[in-house]
Amino acid sequence: MAEAMVLAGRSSGTAVFGRILVYGILLLFAAYFLLPLFFMVATSLKSLEELRQGTFLSLPSHVTFWAWWEAWVDGCEGVQCGGALGGHFINSLEFTIPAVLISTALGALNGYALTKVRFPGANIVFGMLLFGCFIPFQSILLPMAFTLGKLGLASTITGLILTHVVYGLCFTTLFFRNFYVTVPDELVHAATIDGAGFFSTFWRIMVPISLPIITVTLIWQFTQIWNDFLFGASFTRGNAQPITVALNNLVNTSEGVKRYNVDMAAAMIAAAPTLIVYVLAGKYFIRGLTAGAVKG
Amino acid sequence: MATLSIRNVKKRYGALEILKGIDIELADGEFLVLLGPSGCGKSTLLNIIAGLLDLSEGEIRIGDRDVSNVHPKDRDIAMVFQSYALYPNMNVARNLAFGLEMRGVEKAKREKAIAHVAQMLQIEHLLSRKPAQLSGGQRQRVAIGRALVREPKVFLFDEPLSNLDAKLRVEMRTEIKKLHHRLGTTIVYVTHDQIEAMTLASRIAIMQNGEVQQFASPQEVYEQPVNMYVAGFMGSPAMNFLRGTLTQQNGRLSVALNGGRAQHLPLWQPSGAVSQRVGQDIILGLRPENFAVAGRAQSAAPMALAEVTAQVDVVEPTGADTLAFMELGGANTIARLRPGDVKGPGEELRFAIDMSRACLFDPTTERRL
Repeated sequence: MAEAMVLAGRSSGTAVFGRILVYGILLLFAAYFLLPLFFMVATSLKSLEELRQGTFLSLPSHVTFWAWWEAWVDGCEGVQCGGALGGHFINSLEFTIPAVLISTALGALNGYALTKVRFPGANIVFGMLLFGCFIPFQSILLPMAFTLGKLGLASTITGLILTHVVYGLCFTTLFFRNFYVTVPDELVHAATIDGAGFFSTFWRIMVPISLPIITVTLIWQFTQIWNDFLFGASFTRGNAQPITVALNNLVNTSEGVKRYNVDMAAAMIAAAPTLIVYVLAGKYFIRGLTAGAVKG
Repeated sequence: MATLSIRNVKKRYGALEILKGIDIELADGEFLVLLGPSGCGKSTLLNIIAGLLDLSEGEIRIGDRDVSNVHPKDRDIAMVFQSYALYPNMNVARNLAFGLEMRGVEKAKREKAIAHVAQMLQIEHLLSRKPAQLSGGQRQRVAIGRALVREPKVFLFDEPLSNLDAKLRVEMRTEIKKLHHRLGTTIVYVTHDQIEAMTLASRIAIMQNGEVQQFASPQEVYEQPVNMYVAGFMGSPAMNFLRGTLTQQNGRLSVALNGGRAQHLPLWQPSGAVSQRVGQDIILGLRPENFAVAGRAQSAAPMALAEVTAQVDVVEPTGADTLAFMELGGANTIARLRPGDVKGPGEELRFAIDMSRACLFDPTTERRL
């Protein structure tokens, strides 16, 4: 008994030390990863005067949102670079939201059809769709531009939506297919005998149980499409460009003084939506990724 | 309520024949159990009856209607699945209602039907719960309820009890039997558990390799199996197959057992076909309960008894009886004895065997003679 207590005491001492070590290391890494964000926020809240004084590493002496405002409405001081982010932010929303919703919906339908309706050649179709995941963006630029031109969708938001839907379909189908494979076929058989057809089974049974994978797919697609630069730069022009392209133009404008505070604010505006999506749906994201790993 | 006819049903996947021509005729209100090991085609047959699989050849008739090419929802059947297959996003009441809802039954009627079924299965207090909040037995009840609520002509059960623990399985078995008595609906029930088959069925179809080996009442399947496969599949422990030669001994047709000692078991009322085979090898099928220690009370007529001696190797008490394992007729043999009749391993015992219940098999065709 006494021996056990001594042992317990000793091990709890080690445990405390271990905890301190673990948290210490975690804090260190957290600081390491948060430091760039700190500089960005701090810089974006300073005035140009203050930046010129070379106080790059310090906190802002007085906080100003001028740089954020400047990034949103103006962009490149007097120069016409199309750098005002406000309009492009709306552009990005305009094609990202439809593209995300359409590709997710089609992916769910594909995944359901591929796993629960045993049509001949289902595996070949899936194999070919999977192949699409491995095609590099760059290699489809020319054929896509050609197709969009033929469809009369060149340089339009609709064209960009189509591009992202087609490219995203491979991933969304893969996600849903892998999720639906774990759903027992008997569920669909029961619905069939109960009198539900293809679409009512999908809508009434499959969709309601797919919440985790829907969340994963939405986040994945939103991040991919919002952050895309290549398609945006290739298939849009001028005022129709997405925020990623506009940000690049703004930062790369070399006229006049380098306005770091505006650059930083612009970068954060461009990154904000994906961050917000992660914060709001992050826990579903993790749940969705591990769905099926644990019985339940 | 309806008859069910399965006529020459075949199922092929390419060159592979899963079902090799099944013929089963069921009268109205019968309880058919499809019994067999996994891979024998019993679930395939059930899915074909349900319409979830297409048949390659043959015909399924429910009542006087050929349903071979009818969609599952229009066959007037309901199915209970092994995994229950309850809709996880709906509560129990909506699970029960789904089939009616899909058929456009109006709300008031639906609610009446649900209330009726819920009361019958005693699941009224569960109606607002989701399937995840139910125990295995409760899920099973809901799954049965979902089948009942539509009042179909034929019920199909696909190994419904195999996910339950042993005690619950016995309880649900009785419940299903009660339900059948009460509703009198035609039922097709798939299982690999021969006790479930024996207790539930009005007739059993024992399947192997896509063929029905025997289609008969449980008692007939048990007492007069058509071949060694059926005999070995039914009963636990299984039937003993003793090897020997058919001889004439003291004017009576007997089986001279293979193995160490010369022992003769005189047959009880052998058929004419058997007497043609004197001098040939034969297999004597004896169920464990046909053995008793000689001199103890026997239910069989004394004339039907045959005595043999064997040394007991292993003794397994099960409580109600004691199983004795020994070597007899060149085969491992199990006898079901009364507790206390056998002392322990190594004991030499004289057994009295009830030959009126013995089966004889041809060693090459394995068919009963």
